[in-house]
Amino acid sequence: MISINGNTQTYKQISVQKLLEELDLASSVCAIEVNNKLVPHKDRGEHIVQDGDSIEIVSLVGGG
Amino acid sequence: MTTLTTNAIPPLQLQDITLTSRLVVGTGKYPDYETMETALDASGCSAVTVAVRRERLVDAQGRSILDFIDCDKYIILPNTAGCFTASDAIRVARLGRDILEQLQNAGSSWVKLEVLGDKTTLLPDPVGTLEACQELVADGFSVMCYSSDDPIMATRIRDAGATCVMPAGSPIGTGRGIANPCAIKLCIDLLKKPEHGGDPNYPVIVDAGVGTPSDVTIAMELGADGVLLNTGIAHAQDPIQMARAMRLACDAGYHGFRAGRIPRKLHATASSPWAGIIPGE
Repeated sequence: MISINGNTQTYKQISVQKLLEELDLASSVCAIEVNNKLVPHKDRGEHIVQDGDSIEIVSLVGGG
Repeated sequence: MTTLTTNAIPPLQLQDITLTSRLVVGTGKYPDYETMETALDASGCSAVTVAVRRERLVDAQGRSILDFIDCDKYIILPNTAGCFTASDAIRVARLGRDILEQLQNAGSSWVKLEVLGDKTTLLPDPVGTLEACQELVADGFSVMCYSSDDPIMATRIRDAGATCVMPAGSPIGTGRGIANPCAIKLCIDLLKKPEHGGDPNYPVIVDAGVGTPSDVTIAMELGADGVLLNTGIAHAQDPIQMARAMRLACDAGYHGFRAGRIPRKLHATASSPWAGIIPGE
């Protein structure tokens, strides 16, 4: 089980890049944290999501 | 004396980025993306601020705000709005940088730093702001730092390595304009005047609280290098017309400051000569 933006979901061990593909977010401009630590976009293919990880997927919204 | 042949205002240089407009405009609170896009264009701004959030990767129609911001036209400045601790602000700044790097946007090493003290006033927490500023500068960020209008705090932020200080005209979103012009003027004097330990080239951008075009003009007449605003445009009844008005107001204030205003006097001084007045009956 992993948490994605606060929602618990079941995934096997996969890379962050593969996770984004499965979430249909591969082409989205976003940033990823795993357990409160940034996974730089260039490292997404190598970083493997582990059971129990907490993942944040963020993007840009309007702001001042 | 200047020979006025053009209304052109020189760009504002902030380290490696060049702002062709002295207005920096936020992208929040517009009725829709289309209005935002047109208002940004009408404002003439070359830099816009955005927030970093985990919700709403796309809207109900599947659209992202990035579909409406031309990354080749605008420098995108991620903010740390909503952060109440230095550690949260640093975390959000790094997330924003990662996104901007993917966009290959000039704003990728920049952050508009806000560390807020509470939700009621949205005034900055000075201790958290300084802590975050120091760490972000050490991490390679160019920091545009939101501050109160406290002149001493402004110098502390500069000393912490901020690329520019952004004192608040009044609290965020209040539309109360430049609540304390003397405080803003003191911030500008301490940061920019050599006789007060300042550097004329150190940028000061008034941020927050701007409600009307005249607020923008007042900030610029005080000697600010620019103004950052969002709600004053986004929540106007006609955001596009207001954006145009803010642009003109910014230009007016820029020229007005450099033209040098007359001193205020108690007694009247006639504009027409006394000599040659036809004697009264």
